[in-house]
Formats: sequence, C-alpha cells, structure tokens
Amino acid sequence: MMSYFKEIAVGFWSLLAGMAVTIRYFVKPIVTVQYPREKIQMSPRYRGYPQFIIDPETQTHKCIACDMCARICPSQLITVEGTKFPGEKQKRATQYLHEHQYCSLCGLCVEVCPTTALDFSKVYTLAGFRREDFVIDHLILLQARQKTAGLPITKIPTAEEVAAAIAAEAAAKEAKEKAAKAQAEAKKAAEANAAPAKEDKE
Amino acid sequence: MELVAQFLGSAGARMVVGLIGVIALVSVNALFLIWMERKVAAHMQLRPGPMEVGPHGAIQTVADAIKLMGKELITPEKVDKPVFWLAPIVIFLPVLLSFLVIPFSQTMIIQDMNVGIVLILAFATLSVLAILMAGWASNNKYAVFGAIRSVAQNVAYEIPLLVTVMSIIIMVGSFKLSDIVAAQDRYWFVLVQPVAFILYLICATAETNRAPFDLPEAESELVAGFHTEYTGMRFALFFLAEYTNMFIAAAVATVLFLGGWHGPFFPGVIWFLLKVYAVIFLLMWFRWTFPRVRFDQLITFAWKILIPLAFVNLLITAFVLKLR
Repeated sequence: MMSYFKEIAVGFWSLLAGMAVTIRYFVKPIVTVQYPREKIQMSPRYRGYPQFIIDPETQTHKCIACDMCARICPSQLITVEGTKFPGEKQKRATQYLHEHQYCSLCGLCVEVCPTTALDFSKVYTLAGFRREDFVIDHLILLQARQKTAGLPITKIPTAEEVAAAIAAEAAAKEAKEKAAKAQAEAKKAAEANAAPAKEDKE
Repeated sequence: MELVAQFLGSAGARMVVGLIGVIALVSVNALFLIWMERKVAAHMQLRPGPMEVGPHGAIQTVADAIKLMGKELITPEKVDKPVFWLAPIVIFLPVLLSFLVIPFSQTMIIQDMNVGIVLILAFATLSVLAILMAGWASNNKYAVFGAIRSVAQNVAYEIPLLVTVMSIIIMVGSFKLSDIVAAQDRYWFVLVQPVAFILYLICATAETNRAPFDLPEAESELVAGFHTEYTGMRFALFFLAEYTNMFIAAAVATVLFLGGWHGPFFPGVIWFLLKVYAVIFLLMWFRWTFPRVRFDQLITFAWKILIPLAFVNLLITAFVLKLR
C-alpha cells in the first residue's frame, strides 16, 4: 500500500522535474536566426570554396601561377594560366578557373600553395541551375571582393596583353640568349686568341 | 436605449446575442490558440516559431485558415457518406452548446442553468461519439483505430473526472457554475483541493486528446487518427473543436478550482480569461514536455491510479465536510 503511494509521489516528482526543464528552455533566448534576413557568422575553420587572400601590403592576390594547386588537386579541377610581364620579377596569374562542382573541399590546394595565396571562403549559400554556375574564376571573384572592400581593383590582363607579354618575354629571352651566345663566342674567341699568344711566349 | 435594454432583457434575445458572441469567441480563440501553441512549442525548442505573417506571425493562422477554406472537400469513394458528412457537425455542436453555461463574469452567462457542470460534462462526452462516427465512416483502418482508442480512453478518463468534480460539488452543494464560483470569494478551491486539481488537469488532458494522451491521433503510428480522410473545412472543424474543447476544459478548471471571475482591480471577464489562458498554457506545457504514453500505460494509469486516487480524495473530502 505504501509502495503504491510512494510510486505515485515519485512519478509525480519526475513529471515536475521534466516540466522544470522545459520551462527553463522556454525563457532561454532563441538560437535560430531568420535566415534570408539574418545570417550567422561562420566559424574560422569553416571550409567554403577556396579563394585568393587579399594581401594587405599590395592589396591584390599573391598567385605566381606556379601550377602547384592544379597538379595536387585530386579532382583536377583547377586551371591556372600565368605569364611573366615585362618589368616584373615573377609570373602572375592571368586566369584561375576553379570548377567547384567537382570540388571535395580537401584543402590540398590551400596547403600546397608556396606563397599562401589561397584560403577558404566563408560562403555557404551556393545554388545554381547548371553545373557551369559553379565554375569560379578566382580573379573575377577577387575583383568583386575588392570592389565591396573598397580596394583598388586588380585588372585582369586581356588576351592581347597576355600575347604581347609573351612576345615581349620571348623577345627578351631571345635577346638574352643572343647576348649570352655572343658573350660566349667572344669569350671563346678571347680564349682562342689568348692560347696562341701563350704558345708564342714559349 | 430602452428598446435595446428591453430587447437584451428577454431570454431569447440574450440567447441570440450570446450565440453570436460565442461563435466569434470560438473562432478568435482557435486562431489565437493555434498561434500560441506554435509559439510555446517553438520557444521550448529554442526557436522563434512563426514570424513572417504579421508582427511575430500573429496572423499566420488567418492565412492558414484561408488556405484551408480554399481546399477541395474530398469524399473518398467507399466512405459511409451521411455519417462521414455528419461527424464534423456533431463534434462542433456540443462544443458550442457548452458555452451556454460558462460564467465569464457575474453577469456574462448566457443561461445560468442549475445543472451547469453536468451539462458541460455530458456534452463533452458527445465529442467521443463524433470521433467514433468520423473514424468508422472513413472506412480506413487508421481512422478506426484512432476512434477506438479515443473511445476507450474517454470512457476510462470520464470516471476519475466525474469523481473529482464530485468532490468539488459536495463542497459547494450545487451544480450551478455561478454558485461554485461564488463559493470561492474568500479562497480558491485549488488551495483546499490540490490533488483534485491535478487529477482534473490530467483527465482534462486525456479528454481533449492532447499529448501525452494524444493516442487517437498519434501521427507516428496512425497517420492522423480519426480525421485521416478529412480535408479542407471538414478537417478544420475537427481542429477548431479540439482547440475549443481545450478552452472549455480550461474554463471548467477555472470555475472549479481557480475562483472564476474573482480577482482584484480588473473586471471579472479579464480575470476569467487570464486564468483560462494560464491553464491552457499549462496544457501546452504538458504537451511539449511529456512523450506520448503507450496505450496499455494509458489505460493502466486511468484504472489503477487515477480512479482510486479520485475516490480517496472524494472520501477524504466527505469526511472533512462531515466532521466540520
């Protein structure tokens, strides 16, 4: 008989305990956001599609078109084109295509980059009607980001400029080779001239 | 003015005005309760709930109601047509009639009958018939199971409910709801009858088919229970009846235990509605806290715990009253 009433009392107490939990949650602040109007900040480790880091010094990207990312990419979805422009020490990317529809966000491109030109974006709202909507040109993306950040916009070299740069580069190379050849020939000639003179002395 | 007063004075006119008021109250109450239920549920789950239509989603239910009205009324081929058609009406009529005797304040009673509480309990039982009609006529196994469960549950929980109410009635000595409220002008009966209050709340939850006793419409096993085959406004009538039943159960709790219209500063109606919605909040709080019970647990709970406890409570009440 006592155990009957004890069971009822214990059961009732457990019900009250449950209700205490829900009322605590009832007065807690809500954790969801009204999505299209409010967006949450992604955590620092969040992996969106890779994008160029805007270098704080030069206010542009640091890609030297070394092709390392394109080579390490397991899905082979990166295409980098780059040219050395006259008067510059290193090559510079002229096109960087990232076909995000194939990307598994493994992050190898970000890790392998010798100049740390890449990192992950925090963009999570990706939607499109066709696969082609997900082909990201990093240079165009960079321009858009520079525009919103109010930074000077990095120009993308046109095909003519690229061709001119390649031609100039080739010409410079040829000239250099020529010069080197001429130098080598001159040296040889000098050596040849010097050798009989030595002989003459003996 | 005199004419209006004369008109309102006659019993028939009082009935007409009262019924119009009740129909308005029923619709507004259902619209509000559905919104409130969604808000309570949402905040208990740390989310905001409906926010889009109107400030804080206040007129979301109006939009839903308009959508429901625009829906096609499907009558499946093999249903028992007259009964199928009648069930939503049968569930809604007793709900309306119960409002006849509810005392919103000292003067705001449509018809203060001396069998008030009995009338409400009798009409509340009628809704079981409507559920059985709906389930049977649907010619659908899930609907029949929902209806059978509902009947078994309501028969089981009617007994402790009546016995519990009885312990209040023998304290007052009247079935009249206004007398019961008037007897609480010094203290609320919840203070002297706490066990009866808890028993009443549990039985009311079961009678209104709400979680954790919502087996008749347990969606994980019975699709939607007895109203599986209903669409559009017919479904809306079941929905309306469910929320109005909640209001009536809460109103009876207010009358029996929480002192009805008594309260300082504000007029009686405001106090009455405040208490009713507080009890409704309690019922919603139950729903979003407790998981649904199994059917055998439900019946065991009624017959082995609620009914003995209700009788013990009645006996103790009778003893105390006799000794006094």
